[in-house]
Amino acid sequence: MNIETIANPKIIIKDLNFYYGNYRALKDINLSIAEKMVTAFIGPSGCGKSTLLRTFNRMYQLYPQQKATGEIMLDGANILDSKQDLNMLRAKIGMVFQKPTPFPMSIYDNIAFGVKLYENLNKHDMEARVEWALKKAALWGEVKDKLKQSGTGLSGGQQQRLCIARAIAVKPQVLLLDEPTSALDPISTAHIEKLIDELKEDFTIVIVTHNMQQAARISDYTAYMYLGDLIELGETSTVFTNPKRKETEDYITGRFG
Amino acid sequence: MPMFSNEARHKQQAVFDLLFRNLTRVSAFGVLALLAAIIASLVVGSMPAIHAFGFGFLTSSDWDPVNDKFGALIPIIGTLITSGIALIIAIPVSFGIAIFLTELSPRILRRPLGIAVELLAGIPSIIYGMWGLFVFAPLFGDYVEPWLNKHVGTMPYLGPFFSGPPMGIGMLTAGIILAIMVIPFIASVMRDVFDVVPTLLKESAYGLGATTWEVMWNVVLPYTKVGVAGGIMLGLGRALGETMAITFVIGNAHELSQSLLMPGNSISSALANEFTEAVGDLYTSSLIELGLILFFITFVVLSIARYMLYKLGQREGQAA
Repeated sequence: MNIETIANPKIIIKDLNFYYGNYRALKDINLSIAEKMVTAFIGPSGCGKSTLLRTFNRMYQLYPQQKATGEIMLDGANILDSKQDLNMLRAKIGMVFQKPTPFPMSIYDNIAFGVKLYENLNKHDMEARVEWALKKAALWGEVKDKLKQSGTGLSGGQQQRLCIARAIAVKPQVLLLDEPTSALDPISTAHIEKLIDELKEDFTIVIVTHNMQQAARISDYTAYMYLGDLIELGETSTVFTNPKRKETEDYITGRFG
Repeated sequence: MPMFSNEARHKQQAVFDLLFRNLTRVSAFGVLALLAAIIASLVVGSMPAIHAFGFGFLTSSDWDPVNDKFGALIPIIGTLITSGIALIIAIPVSFGIAIFLTELSPRILRRPLGIAVELLAGIPSIIYGMWGLFVFAPLFGDYVEPWLNKHVGTMPYLGPFFSGPPMGIGMLTAGIILAIMVIPFIASVMRDVFDVVPTLLKESAYGLGATTWEVMWNVVLPYTKVGVAGGIMLGLGRALGETMAITFVIGNAHELSQSLLMPGNSISSALANEFTEAVGDLYTSSLIELGLILFFITFVVLSIARYMLYKLGQREGQAA
């Protein structure tokens, strides 16, 4: 594909293959993720877009039958290298999931949990960090008076912003969003989309979405995948208005998928 | 003719149905009636002792069949201490087993290991008792208790609990055997509740860079705490009522001793040992009152366990 067109790549993927047992779910993927931009992965269910996202923080490693081969370079180091420290990798690459997953603890502790894994902050600094993360996630105003209450008591949209705050509190460089709005109502979705637009000033964002309009609205680059192949990667405006490949056009215009 | 036979069959079925319905009803209510009858007979049987000793029965350490003076303090303490020791040992071990079975074990080992743990629960308690008396207690008395005497027995606060002759049998041994017996119960409940923790929740914690231990301790355990507590209560209920294994290894001495290495007595082992020898109404009645106390303690513990598991079920419903 057109790796060279991306000026400032944060992540460069070369010949990535992924296997669930014997099933090959990703086939020779080559692609780059631009720094401090939003890159969206779109494609029909089962195309491998979530699988691809989960290789970036090696989440698949929780499951013994899954394995990846190839290269994913982040700042010059291969993520897939077995010598790569997993916990440090995950400090650099945060992730938010399809459904809100607040931990069974207070709002404050939800944010502090990840920070405590890496940093020894005193009470004052921790409070400042929690406030910073919640403000970044546009949630501070709604929860500042109830930080001690359980995170599970918030609404779905608030919970998802809490999860985003939790991910950015660790100060990662890359934020992976796996269909972050698929369980949310339109208003919460709009909140999150606005938030993503603000967050790209500080973070490199990769988002998997089922919703093509969402990809068109918020992303700078779009990758269309189908059955484990990367069909096309390009600037979002180009992919949606003037796709190079027929398959992409068919999908985007709704003739397929 | 065919009409008639059909009608007859119909009638026959109706009668059979009525009979069947009543039979099931009688069975179900029969159990309740039996429970009530057991409580009633325990209460009636312990009346003489209740009249003779009143509430003092609970706080008196007398056990003097010759002079007809009885108190339940020693067996109650023995029951609580052995069960307490059992839980102190069984809870962390079960937690470890459950973590291994749900998170760390290779998939092919999960089922066989899980089944093996559950099979431990099926071993008759008298076998645990025999093994405890003939195998475990001698080894424990020869190797572990002298070590405890020497190292822990000299410590300032813990010392008195671990001094005394290393006989092998005693409260500590009974507690350890009990621990082995309740581990399968607690571990399998823990495993089951850990299994219902949503994958995404665990992945969120792993995704922040948490280790398996941090995920289990900070996320999975708080999420499942009600179910885990229910499992522990079930184990406690079993430990409180366990008779045969305890009778073999506790030493059956009506003495109040600070040392855990000394023989003691539990409610259930006192009953098992003394019922056949009990002469005189007051002696028998005191033993029955002991039984009533045990019934009460176990009933309360099991009710709490049921309630906790019920609450967990409720929350699962909400989450789905």
